[in-house]
Amino acid sequence: MMGTIFGIPPQALFGQLLLGLINGSFYALLSLGLAVIFGMLNVINFAHGALYMMGAFVAWLMLTQLGIGYWLALPLAPVVVGLFGVLLERTLLSRLYKLDHLYGLLLTFGLALIVEGAFRHQYGVSGQPYPIPDALKGGQNLGFMFLPNYRGWVVVASLVVCISTWIAIEKTKLGAYLRAATENPVLVQAFGINVPRMITLTYAFGVALAGLAGVLAAPIYQVSPLMGSNLIIVVFAVVVIGGMGSILGAVLTGYGLGLLEGLTKVFYPEASNIVVFVIMAVVLMIKPAGLFGRER
Amino acid sequence: MIARLLTGAALAALTIGVMSTGPAMAQQGKLSGDMVKIGVLNDRSGLYADLGGEGSVIAARMAAEEFGNKILGKPIEIIAADHQNKPDIGANLARQWIDQDGVDVIVDVPNSGVALAVQEVTKEKKKIFLMEGPATSRLTGDACSPTGFHWPYDTHALAVGTGQAMVKEGGDSWFFITADYAFGHQLEADTSVEVKKAGGKVVGSVKAPLNSADFSSFLLQAQASGAKIVGLANAGGDTITSIKQASEFGLTQSGQQKLAGLLIFLSDVHALGLQVAQDLVLTTGFYWDRDDESRAWSKKFFDRYGKMPTMVQAGSYSAVRHYLKAIEAAGTDDGPAVAAKMKEMPVNDMFAKNGTILPNGRMVHDMYLARVKKPSESKGAWDYYQILRTIPGKEAFASFEESGCKLPK
Repeated sequence: MMGTIFGIPPQALFGQLLLGLINGSFYALLSLGLAVIFGMLNVINFAHGALYMMGAFVAWLMLTQLGIGYWLALPLAPVVVGLFGVLLERTLLSRLYKLDHLYGLLLTFGLALIVEGAFRHQYGVSGQPYPIPDALKGGQNLGFMFLPNYRGWVVVASLVVCISTWIAIEKTKLGAYLRAATENPVLVQAFGINVPRMITLTYAFGVALAGLAGVLAAPIYQVSPLMGSNLIIVVFAVVVIGGMGSILGAVLTGYGLGLLEGLTKVFYPEASNIVVFVIMAVVLMIKPAGLFGRER
Repeated sequence: MIARLLTGAALAALTIGVMSTGPAMAQQGKLSGDMVKIGVLNDRSGLYADLGGEGSVIAARMAAEEFGNKILGKPIEIIAADHQNKPDIGANLARQWIDQDGVDVIVDVPNSGVALAVQEVTKEKKKIFLMEGPATSRLTGDACSPTGFHWPYDTHALAVGTGQAMVKEGGDSWFFITADYAFGHQLEADTSVEVKKAGGKVVGSVKAPLNSADFSSFLLQAQASGAKIVGLANAGGDTITSIKQASEFGLTQSGQQKLAGLLIFLSDVHALGLQVAQDLVLTTGFYWDRDDESRAWSKKFFDRYGKMPTMVQAGSYSAVRHYLKAIEAAGTDDGPAVAAKMKEMPVNDMFAKNGTILPNGRMVHDMYLARVKKPSESKGAWDYYQILRTIPGKEAFASFEESGCKLPK
């Protein structure tokens, strides 16, 4: 009576799509931060994965050293990561704005290696366990699959953050200033707006998003120094496919590729970790600026 | 850009490898290079770094120190490198070590894919290869070498231990989540044989890419299969992630499905915590809290490394110690001569009692079937295993005839 879709029972297919959506939430959150930073600062932030890992570790340290639980860590850890971002931007990145993109990329790549190496030296690679908060333990039986409550929460949280960021940048006055400052910083400065400070805060916000994703990820994955580098390459592919600097593009592509990866895990699991890159190659051939990007 | 840099580095590494194919200097009757140089080659930064890594280097050093860091009056030197889980890098490093740096023996090499590549190099160069990290039974089967030695465990022993034990407890239908490379494939194949032998059946399997961040999709497929046992044919970080996420998705709570971690190291249990890892059944070649001798050595190891040894690390000590004893007995570090002595002498130390070495290099010793303790049973950190059964070496490992190795007996 049930039948199958391409030889797969429909329950299994729905389950995999839902899982794809959950993974897509992380892709969307991370690529959103990257897109914001690239759009405003023209910096390809290779340290994004390391800062995501830092968010998870800050939450873990808060829990184990200070006894600060998940719900407080959720806003606090991103603030800590954001402050670290301010430090990076003020002392290092701000010196590179006049140079080619490549310098920013190399600097942030180097920073990522240093941060990751430091954590690896201190905590090893197997990672630390972070418990799921009590309120979100257990799960719902949806008929076609068992959905852990925590994963449901991740989807909701990421959707809320992505949509509100998009609104803030595209629909508010502050967002308008930001966009204007990217187009013509001198003119905006002439109107009495402190552009360097705005840029610093934008970077801090972008990396705080990475930190937030890290806290959200902590109970699902091991809190491990390698968690960022495992993810960052895929996230970069997401941003490239969506179009560098396009915020809406980054978010939509994030969810879309999550779904697609989920489907690959059913039909041909061996290819699940390269499917994103195959799509990237195809998109770059047809639309070099990405699906949502503008040619400059 | 990054890709170009990396390609450049890889090319440079390759060139070094190609340029250095001069004949190795092996002189009968004394030590080449007037010293014994031990190269520990393993994953020092990736998903397998905690089960071997620097710990294996420390273990090898502890073995050398028992000889006063000197053998036949000459110094013992230990060097280490990271093969990054890439067979080409591993093979190039091994070649460079042997040809240029005068390395006499290569130790550890977790990741079966890398070990198979290094085995080819050491076989060609007639150098001793002491394998503690890798799992695939092919290393003493069709890919065996006269100078290769496989020490703490292999896929055959894991299959016999965990596979048979689970079937005996009623787990007669299996679904595998398998690491998609040489090791995972072999572990799945070996376990399938044992499961069928014991009267069970295999209903399906899924090949997960190495180092996956998310196993939920594969776990869901396992859940849908209805198999009583979900066999995890993976290792290190992958095992940790799959066990953690299995508990999140309620795989085992329903009581209808059980997880079988086919290769679980002490470092994995430590990382997971007993709350998540409790009641897992596993097969291991070593547990630190077995007898006074193993406890004493492990305490010393702990004082230097801050963690209790895994079977890979303890095995590195045992293998290097046996190797050095064989050099003493043979009076040379010439590969084939030392290999012959190693196979003659029994292995007796804190790791193994009356271990014997088969002509294919398999070190046969007792294995242990263990259960991970519940948090309430554990007396504190590192008190993790309850030994359920000692599996005699002859039962755990394939005999030389069964192994498929084509070396003369």
